[in-house]
Amino acid sequence: MSKSRQNALLLLVVIVLIAYPLLTVRGPVAEPGKDAPAMFAGTDGQAEGMIRQLAPDYQPWAAPLMTPPGGEIESLLFALQVALGAGFLGYYLGVKRERARWSAESGPGRAV
Amino acid sequence: MHIMEGFLPAKHALGWAAVSLPCVALGLHSVKKKVRENPELKMLLGVSVAFTFVLSALKLPSVTGSSSHPTGTGLGAVLFGPLAMAPIATIVLLFQALLLAHGGLTTLGANVFSLGVIGPLIAYGIFRAGRLARLPQGLTLFVAASLASLATYLTTSIQLALAFPDPVGGFSVALAKFAGIFAVTQLPLAISEGLLTVLIFNILSKHSTRELQDLGLPLTREGARP
Repeated sequence: MSKSRQNALLLLVVIVLIAYPLLTVRGPVAEPGKDAPAMFAGTDGQAEGMIRQLAPDYQPWAAPLMTPPGGEIESLLFALQVALGAGFLGYYLGVKRERARWSAESGPGRAV
Repeated sequence: MHIMEGFLPAKHALGWAAVSLPCVALGLHSVKKKVRENPELKMLLGVSVAFTFVLSALKLPSVTGSSSHPTGTGLGAVLFGPLAMAPIATIVLLFQALLLAHGGLTTLGANVFSLGVIGPLIAYGIFRAGRLARLPQGLTLFVAASLASLATYLTTSIQLALAFPDPVGGFSVALAKFAGIFAVTQLPLAISEGLLTVLIFNILSKHSTRELQDLGLPLTREGARP
């Protein structure tokens, strides 16, 4: 199997792994008079709930210096984190690819 | 794997910070040395940081109905050694603690230990063992990155269970509860993470062959097959 085929297959499996829970997991049932709990809640938050259950008297002794004002701003900052990383990856691969192409094109040409 | 700000008792927070700090210092030293010897590697180091930035920000849905994020630390550990990811994970965790209220400064030591020390150590160890056993490189890399991701979340569970033992069952019951939240959700994500690490490694082995050779990762055709 060629490398690019293999890469496409890897990506496809990842997409299936992400899509499968989205398609199959059914939302939690709402208690009467309450909104249904959010689907796909973060595990970090669930662990916090477990701490409150195990040690109800525990008082967190520090608070975050800055909390994103609202879920949208939080998404913005997470998107920024991904953009920084993905931007660099794209830049790096672009440079590498072009450099290889240039040396392949100009290398033999100069020799002649 | 982010333990929230203030959610570890001060003694625990200090203890984990004391363990993580020397790892970060040693990691910084080893990375600096590698880059000084071979400045070409700087860009590849950037790739390791970028990969961790991307993966650790992507909260993915899991079959448990919860969501969590991969770690992205396996790649850098395999490329630059087990401690190299400690300073890199610190950068990522600081970004998230300061801007996103994800994790925190008081829990930074504990979070660096799970994300930047244990995960990468596992990844590096498995990858080395796989090479010694002459297993296919892609397969080894997949297993290394996947188990590193799981190990990170298991470490967080252990840290929380140590700090908050079950009133009746103690540490082990608390560990089962925390691992029930973290580890099970992480299973499909760890597989995704392993696959994505093989994917980026395939791309790197095509475009950065020389740098990988400098890092002692000669790639053979059959070696790169998963």
